[in-house]
Amino acid sequence: MIDARIVDCIESAGIDMVLSLPCNMLDGILQEIDTRGLKRIPVCREEEGVGIAAGAALAGKRPLLLMQNSGLGNSINALLSLTRLYRMPLFVLMSHRGGPGEQIEAQKPMGRAVPGILDTIEIPCRFMKTGGDLDALTSFIGSTFEGDAVQAAMLSRELWNEAQ
Amino acid sequence: MKRSEVLSIIAEQDGLLVANIGFPSRELYALHDRPENFYMLGSMGMASSIGLGLALSQDRRVYAIDGDGSILMNMGSLATIAHNAPGNYCLVIIDNGAYGSTGNQPTYTSEKTNLADIARAAGNRNVKRVGTIDALKEALRTSQDRTAVIVVETEPGNDTVPVIPLDPVIIKERFMKAVQS
Repeated sequence: MIDARIVDCIESAGIDMVLSLPCNMLDGILQEIDTRGLKRIPVCREEEGVGIAAGAALAGKRPLLLMQNSGLGNSINALLSLTRLYRMPLFVLMSHRGGPGEQIEAQKPMGRAVPGILDTIEIPCRFMKTGGDLDALTSFIGSTFEGDAVQAAMLSRELWNEAQ
Repeated sequence: MKRSEVLSIIAEQDGLLVANIGFPSRELYALHDRPENFYMLGSMGMASSIGLGLALSQDRRVYAIDGDGSILMNMGSLATIAHNAPGNYCLVIIDNGAYGSTGNQPTYTSEKTNLADIARAAGNRNVKRVGTIDALKEALRTSQDRTAVIVVETEPGNDTVPVIPLDPVIIKERFMKAVQS
């Protein structure tokens, strides 16, 4: 249900290429994307997804990078010295690991740090904690491509808990 | 063979060109600037990925000019290319065994590491390793209609060329216009 709503937002915003890495929290979204036949390229490392997205943007496509927030650490240089430098559009959709209810200790340091990192590198990010937060997601994704910007959203675990 | 000789041959091909950061971009700009060239000014390691994204998103042939140091930095890209690359993609890896743009410090390909073997083991079928201009031309000619990885052995060293004076946004806009035409 939540997975389908999130993929509705992605599709409605005109996203036509998804670069993805796996995450337990994103598994339902990945399956939904494939069920609908939306073009998805699994990548080996987050930065690689930023590079492929840049090539797609050069051909006028609307790419989205789907990953864990931990992957932000693996992609910052390309986000800034490629996507930002040339003013290419990219939307980054992240699962927010390391927050409330996190079982994996190793996720917690990046989980705490990522909001501040995004702030420092001036990537606008919206936090999706309730179903109501998703109402504005389509227009937020769309605005990325109107303004040739890099923008992000973080999906909280609470989204799925609320839906149960 | 020098890197700039390889660049001259690639720039004569009909297609879009993604040039790696540093001297590869600078030499290409000095030798043969054209709107179909995308010059990387940052993001070392991303040339093969940018080329892949471009090839997947439009029909013209794409040549990505990468280097040995850069491909070592983003080796997973060889697997992603093997599994997703369409027939209009040619990845050219200029292998001079050195980090040319930072002072020619040796890379591991100068000793044991064989990038053509790695590309094949990653699942790429049409991989060639060439060491002469004629062999490079032949490899380009015989792989026109399919995904190709061509490793070109060159000597280390850079031509004396200036930095690219273009604004990054101008490089992008000019290139995007060429893609659409």
